[in-house]
Amino acid sequence: MFVTSAYAQTAPAAPETPAAPGTAPAGDTHAAPAGEVHTETGVAHEGEHGGGTFPPFDATHFPSQILWLVITFGLFYLLMKKVIVPRVGGILEHRHDRIAQDLDEAARLKSEADTAVETYEKELAAARSKAHNIAETAREAAKTKAAADRAAIEAELAEKLTAAETSIGEIKAKAFAQVGQIAEETASAIVDQLIGGKANGDDIKAAVAAAKTEA
Amino acid sequence: MANDPIHQFQISKIVPIEIGGIDFSFTNASLFMVATVACAAGFLYFATSQRGLIPGRSQSVAEMSYEFIAGMLREGAGSHGMKFFPLVFSLFMFVLTANMLGMFPYFFTVTSQIIVTFALALLVIGTVLVYGFYKHGLHFLQLFVPSGVPGALLPLVVAIEIISFLSRPVSLSVRLFANMLAGHITLKVFAGFVASLGSLGALGIGGAVLPLIMTVALTGLEFLVAFLQAYVFAVLTCMYLNDAVHPGGH
Repeated sequence: MFVTSAYAQTAPAAPETPAAPGTAPAGDTHAAPAGEVHTETGVAHEGEHGGGTFPPFDATHFPSQILWLVITFGLFYLLMKKVIVPRVGGILEHRHDRIAQDLDEAARLKSEADTAVETYEKELAAARSKAHNIAETAREAAKTKAAADRAAIEAELAEKLTAAETSIGEIKAKAFAQVGQIAEETASAIVDQLIGGKANGDDIKAAVAAAKTEA
Repeated sequence: MANDPIHQFQISKIVPIEIGGIDFSFTNASLFMVATVACAAGFLYFATSQRGLIPGRSQSVAEMSYEFIAGMLREGAGSHGMKFFPLVFSLFMFVLTANMLGMFPYFFTVTSQIIVTFALALLVIGTVLVYGFYKHGLHFLQLFVPSGVPGALLPLVVAIEIISFLSRPVSLSVRLFANMLAGHITLKVFAGFVASLGSLGALGIGGAVLPLIMTVALTGLEFLVAFLQAYVFAVLTCMYLNDAVHPGGH
């Protein structure tokens, strides 16, 4: 309803001014050469379709519109096809590649780290078992050595014991051997004291020997 | 006259060119086509000139629009359809930039001209036809014969399929054109109310608040429409290209 009223405003206005509505009258009054262009269009309007031709349906402008559309859109299409599309496509592809590459790199580093951890743990386990072995061997060796030492010391001690026993036996035998003489000397001294004279040595000897055998 | 909502679609010559009796003048429409291409291409060119591994703000926008269209095309026409990526990307960026430039006051909206949108739609359908026949030969005509239709219904279904195919360029172009045209007219009408009511004095100024709010809301809506129509144009292009790539299967 608003539109139709607006239309009604222009419809009667058109016959009043013979030229096209808008700039054409201004051009007419001011400068003839500049106005010619406008009046031409105005005349074309009137000649073919009458004063109220709706501009978008005015066929006189169609060739010019098509020509300039072909020129401008053709150029635009060429520019898009040759420059912009490959460029933007390249940017996007480059970014995509870069991200994929970075992800690959990250995955590679992760697997490397995993391998390193695995190797480390393996080596740690190996070192631990090796240390255990060394300790075991050392313990064994120490035990054997201690046993051997003890055996040697025991053997030595036994030897020394035997030697001591032998020497004690010898000393004892020697002592026993001297016992007769000491007893004779002691007995002769005692007899001397008792009888106040010299006792016969042979008698004492015999008496001691008799006592000895009795004992 | 200042409130004429149609005036914004008026084409005026800037450099008159006439070849063989046909008018090929460089007009304000041509100027805004050039501006559209310059803005879109310039932005994409300078935004991506750093080729940063970590994108800056503008490079992100360029990459997002690239991936947006690439995803749309891959979803719509499969990986075989990716050879049409430059075409779909150019169409989307061109239509989007033209729509957005049209939102500036006093700027000309390239896509509000039916001939422009129709030419773009014909480009799409022409690509579908040429590639379809080039790649599949007469098998491309399978497009019009859906599988699993009973024999008695087949002529009817084929006729419907052909009509729907023929109506594609029309619907594709009229949708974009009509949306831009209607949106700009509505904006202009409501903005015109603000000016004409405002000149009526104190009461008028009070009354002008309503169309002003409406204009602000419509401006937001029109930005949405400007993006949405570029998106719809690109999505439909992908769907139609899918027919050229896979005419048999749906």
